[in-house]
Amino acid sequence: MTFRRIKPIIRKEFFQIWRDKRSLTVLLLFPALLIVVAGYALNFDVRHISTVIFDQDKNSQSRDFIRNFTNTEYFDVTRSVDSYKEINQLLNKGDALIAIVIPTGFSSKLLAGEDVSVQILIDGSNANTATNAIGYVSVIIQTYSANIATKVFASMGREQFVPIDLRPKIWYNPELSTAKYLVPGLIGFILMISAVISTSLSVVREKERGTMEQMMVSPLRTVEIIIGKTVAYLLIALVASVFVLLAGFILFDVAVKGSIFWLYVGILIFLIGGLGQGLLISTVTQNQQVAFMVAVFSSLLPSFLLSGFVFPIRSMPVALQAISNVTPAKFFLVVVRSVIIKGVGPSAFWDQLVYMAIFAVIMIAISSVRLLRKAS
Amino acid sequence: MENAIEVNNLTKIFGNFAAVDHISFTVKPGEIFGFLGANGAGKSTTIRMLCGLLMATSGTAKVGGYDINTQPDLVKQSIGYMSQRFSLYEDLTVEENIRFFGGVYGIPNQRLQDRMKWAVKMAGLHGREKSLTKTLSGGWKQRLALGCAILHEPKILFLDEPTSGVDPISRRNFWELISQLSAQGVTVLVTTHYLDEAEYCDDIILINAGRLIAGGSPKELKTEHITYPILEVEASNVIAAMDLLKDKPWVVEISLFGTYLHIGVQKEETGRDEISKILSSNQIAVKRVDAIVPSLEDVFLHLLEEDLKRKAS
Repeated sequence: MTFRRIKPIIRKEFFQIWRDKRSLTVLLLFPALLIVVAGYALNFDVRHISTVIFDQDKNSQSRDFIRNFTNTEYFDVTRSVDSYKEINQLLNKGDALIAIVIPTGFSSKLLAGEDVSVQILIDGSNANTATNAIGYVSVIIQTYSANIATKVFASMGREQFVPIDLRPKIWYNPELSTAKYLVPGLIGFILMISAVISTSLSVVREKERGTMEQMMVSPLRTVEIIIGKTVAYLLIALVASVFVLLAGFILFDVAVKGSIFWLYVGILIFLIGGLGQGLLISTVTQNQQVAFMVAVFSSLLPSFLLSGFVFPIRSMPVALQAISNVTPAKFFLVVVRSVIIKGVGPSAFWDQLVYMAIFAVIMIAISSVRLLRKAS
Repeated sequence: MENAIEVNNLTKIFGNFAAVDHISFTVKPGEIFGFLGANGAGKSTTIRMLCGLLMATSGTAKVGGYDINTQPDLVKQSIGYMSQRFSLYEDLTVEENIRFFGGVYGIPNQRLQDRMKWAVKMAGLHGREKSLTKTLSGGWKQRLALGCAILHEPKILFLDEPTSGVDPISRRNFWELISQLSAQGVTVLVTTHYLDEAEYCDDIILINAGRLIAGGSPKELKTEHITYPILEVEASNVIAAMDLLKDKPWVVEISLFGTYLHIGVQKEETGRDEISKILSSNQIAVKRVDAIVPSLEDVFLHLLEEDLKRKAS
């Protein structure tokens, strides 16, 4: 293996990529663009829930209760109604997601120290939103109840008493921002797709044109062809990853807390695995259309569904958990989340680097063997 | 002097299909060696084995003195290869293509400058060095591909149907280039299915269904295999004429050549008489009957038919 023979391939790849401005733009900017779109769209925070209120009591106490909802950014009281029929209409049409029904005698019962029921009706067609909304409602109501209880105790001349005082302290992502949680996952997802697609297409294109054969009859060795074909795409993916990190920082405040060096060690190993997967795809497909389909499916689906990017691996069935282990994005996610959000060092994720390296070695080994066999 | 290429019982089996079946032949240094056969006869498979693109199932071959099975790297260093696809990078310029292939073969920069000038001149691309290859027409691409294949000045050149899809003038120019290379001592092994091109070759072999059925110089082939006279017949309805004549006992062979018939007969005189008699009695006007020297096409059709008969019996 000599660099003298690899250099012309690398140069040639750069010429080709440079000449194909459209693909170059896609390779460099598309990942950052995806971060922007996905970062805003993939938002699990539930805010501004349109709320309808049916206040049957209509006095200062019930209005005070309602204020507890309107004071937050979670609930937007869009309508006040006077009948269940109207609630029905609004929920059916989707104009309201949640209805709060305050019964008559709400304040008098409260003041008399009796139990009061407040009815909450929720549109459950979006389970995620509904669950979140219920969570917010119950916290608000519990706080309200506790305040009243305190007042009652005080009026009876007794000390305030809270059996367990819950004061959670959230580490790493104190504001529980979805962006902070998603951006690292998106980095893996996006880099994987672009690495796999770009390599598989570039090799299959050479097969289609017959230039692969022309390289095979030359004194070039398989390993030289592989290195030459991947170096260019590796560099481009690295540049794209810088744009992705910048977009995450500028738009979503996701700064890298830990060491950039270790982050790039992770990205590098991960990308080599992705390039290996792309090469492997190019050895089993004969044309660009098929290669593209296989590349998209084999990189997008596992990276999205099985990496723990959105859906926690722990809650998957055992079979899927097992399959998730051949998804390098799963290991990469641990590394990026560790470095970017937690700011911890390699002792927390070195094993993940090893798994990714194993994946990369296996991918490149199989594709070299397949390329060699074709040659012989 | 040692042979440039020596092939010994070379065989390639795909599954249970023998694409190349125990082929043996030798190519002398500096000659143009034609490799003829129909599509699928095994020409490309043989070339691909000789170039190290495919592993032989059995048999041996030496290319430039190196064994293809045990010294493939040395073989690759000493050969040039060009396929019918003119494998160039369409999105690179003429110059970039030359530079790439030069680099792959490890030609030092200084030397590459000379070779680049030579290749550009040879391909007639002077002034178009910066043009993208995809903007070139077929003939230019073909000559540029040839230039790239011999930048490293190989002693042996493999051409796999190098003239397919190229206009007749480019084809003629291309064969002139091949003759020049051969005159400079380069051994050229070329596959083609244009039989007129076979006339440019010093030696020819013909293969059919993976097996070698004949070999020799074009002249030898024409004189050795066809021992009976051939008449060329121009008539008003050659298809009908062929049907009328094909089963006659004095007809050795009959085939359609464009708008003419070539009929091999036992004796020239009786053949002429019979043909005129039968055709005119069937309202087919005979315009001309001439005795001709057999072309390679006649020879190959004859050889293929013999081969079929041998297999049938």
